[in-house]
Amino acid sequence: MWPYIGRRVLYMIPTLIVISIISFVLIQLPPGDFLSSYMATLAASGDHVDAALEAALRRRYGLDQPIYVQYFKWVSGMLRGDFGYSFEWNRPVSQLIGERLALTMVVSASSLLFAWMVALPIGVISAVRQYSFFDYFFTFIGFIGLAVPNFVLALVLMYTANRYLGVSVGGLFSAEYADAPWSIGKVIDLLKHLWIPIVIVGTAGTAGLIRITRANLLDELRKPYVETARAKGIKEWRLILKYPVRVALNPFISTIGFIFPQMVAGEVVTSVVLSLPTTGPLLLRALLSQDMYLAGSFVFLLAALTVIGVLISDILLAWLDPRIRYD
Amino acid sequence: MAQRVVEPVESVRRREAATPLQLVWWKFSQHRLAVAGAVAIVVLYSIALFADFLAPYSPHHRTGQPYAPPQVPHWRTEDGWTLRPHVYALRGQLDSRTFRRVYVPDTSRSYPVRFFVRGHSYRLFGLLETDVHLFGTPDGGSIYLMGTDQLGRDVFSRVIYGARVSLTIGLVGVAISLVLGILLGGLSGYFGGWTDMLIQRLIEILLSFPSIPLWMALAAALPEHWSPLTVYFGITVILSFIGWTNLARVVRGRFLSLRNEDFIVAARLSGSSELRIIRKHLLPSFMSHIIASVTLSIPGMILAETSLSFLGIGLRPPVISWGVLLQDAQNIHAVAMAPWLMLPGLFVVVAVLAFNFVGDGLRDAADPYAITGP
Repeated sequence: MWPYIGRRVLYMIPTLIVISIISFVLIQLPPGDFLSSYMATLAASGDHVDAALEAALRRRYGLDQPIYVQYFKWVSGMLRGDFGYSFEWNRPVSQLIGERLALTMVVSASSLLFAWMVALPIGVISAVRQYSFFDYFFTFIGFIGLAVPNFVLALVLMYTANRYLGVSVGGLFSAEYADAPWSIGKVIDLLKHLWIPIVIVGTAGTAGLIRITRANLLDELRKPYVETARAKGIKEWRLILKYPVRVALNPFISTIGFIFPQMVAGEVVTSVVLSLPTTGPLLLRALLSQDMYLAGSFVFLLAALTVIGVLISDILLAWLDPRIRYD
Repeated sequence: MAQRVVEPVESVRRREAATPLQLVWWKFSQHRLAVAGAVAIVVLYSIALFADFLAPYSPHHRTGQPYAPPQVPHWRTEDGWTLRPHVYALRGQLDSRTFRRVYVPDTSRSYPVRFFVRGHSYRLFGLLETDVHLFGTPDGGSIYLMGTDQLGRDVFSRVIYGARVSLTIGLVGVAISLVLGILLGGLSGYFGGWTDMLIQRLIEILLSFPSIPLWMALAAALPEHWSPLTVYFGITVILSFIGWTNLARVVRGRFLSLRNEDFIVAARLSGSSELRIIRKHLLPSFMSHIIASVTLSIPGMILAETSLSFLGIGLRPPVISWGVLLQDAQNIHAVAMAPWLMLPGLFVVVAVLAFNFVGDGLRDAADPYAITGP
């Protein structure tokens, strides 16, 4: 077990390095940089653009250095925990991201839990009662969840919640609680608003999980040991829950690996629509304004978290299923 | 006791004599949802092809009636059922609560809907100049089947024209992914060893990037001064960046499992060159799986283009795609006032569902000699 974990962690290091390079390249791709687009906006609005000032700012932010120097400055800063400075917001990047990352994790984690809790029972029942009305109905619903783009679902839910339920939509908090310090009331308010993003982000993952569970369980149910157990007289439901479902749970753990980046990505679009104070809208703005440190660190963090998520899911899977360790 | 010899039934005899293609087709047609999906896809692409003919209005034409509600054709008059449908005229009035100009159906006036009417001219297939449209209201009035948007443009016509872009962007992107995926997956699976490990790590890295931030970064990198068409192609290239990874994995898996099959070894021993082996033996065996994977990645591309354009970093007006149309429905105010602006989303859902069903059916039918089912 430990050699396996050791190997995986060792593989992770070059992966992270490559990811940091790719993130940096991505940010540098648009022509120009933050200062040039900032100066362009100033010039467009008629403000006086001072060439000397621009040169001074460039020197101060280190934007006049060659690319690899900027890269190394960024990476060495990251290793020390300093993710740089956001030009647009005039605050350290770590502060900006930290505020929003917590809420993002809350939304993503609860969506994942929601997807599991919904997908598992539906998948099991679909497999056990194959070809029944229940099976077809929920497979179809699962497909709809897969097909509807997240933001369309967000819009529709926003509209129905507003029109028919009178719930205040948009954002994660109502106006009174937005800037208030944390309290029980704020938590309850958060929960009241949280269900829309959770349902939206969760449904896409649910569809895939239902299909996988159903397929795996169907395969398991045909194996001889199920027949044997039935012949020995175990009650049907007890039998199903005790053995085949355990095996069918495997993909749940392994799909954290690629469901997680999907959820983070899906969450980005949803939070732009719903104006949630999470990482999505911040990332979009940073990319559009070429706020180098903010955007770069953001992309890197999201990718790194995904890699770590995959690592954790692989370790969990290896712990659950000993066959994988000797890969 | 003498043994009774059972004569094979006609259907079994037919099955044993069928070609693989026939078997695939039979298996596919058993999957009802897949057949329905295939029909839907044909319908959608026909709509895209005949967009000019089907749309009553030009997609950029401003009718002067913004935020008009959808006008549903009626088949009933006071005298009973009639074969010729008609729509009620729209009357503008001031809403007492919001003080905005809204349009309501005026049941006292109605206009007949005629078929094959003359409207704005266009070039059918870019060749014939004609001005015949499927339906319209030649006697005046309007027929906004899906209402109008903020600038008074008919949403139905825009959705039909948008189908062209949205449905083809997936195809181009998938074609690029196909080439990349087969190439890299094939190299990886066939040569194994270091090439394999390197390509696998690359795929893992690409897959671990959350897709939307990656696309956002790439799409934001497209220069603003590019023409809409070049932006379109840029977006397809960007979308295929991630799409090829799944395909490469499938190809690699099949290559690895086929590499040591007896018939490959026999071919190699009898002196075939590597290229000939790849071309003549390996490729045909996993063609069907590739087709299934490709079909299943098209909806991903459609969704990606829609999401990007919705966020404003994909295609931009004046290019019309379903994502661009959904941009108008971006906030709660627009949606509350004019919920029909969300209708392009319905088309996206139908297209994605259809492709998913067809892909599923193809995947089940891909290996017609496999035994599945209880």
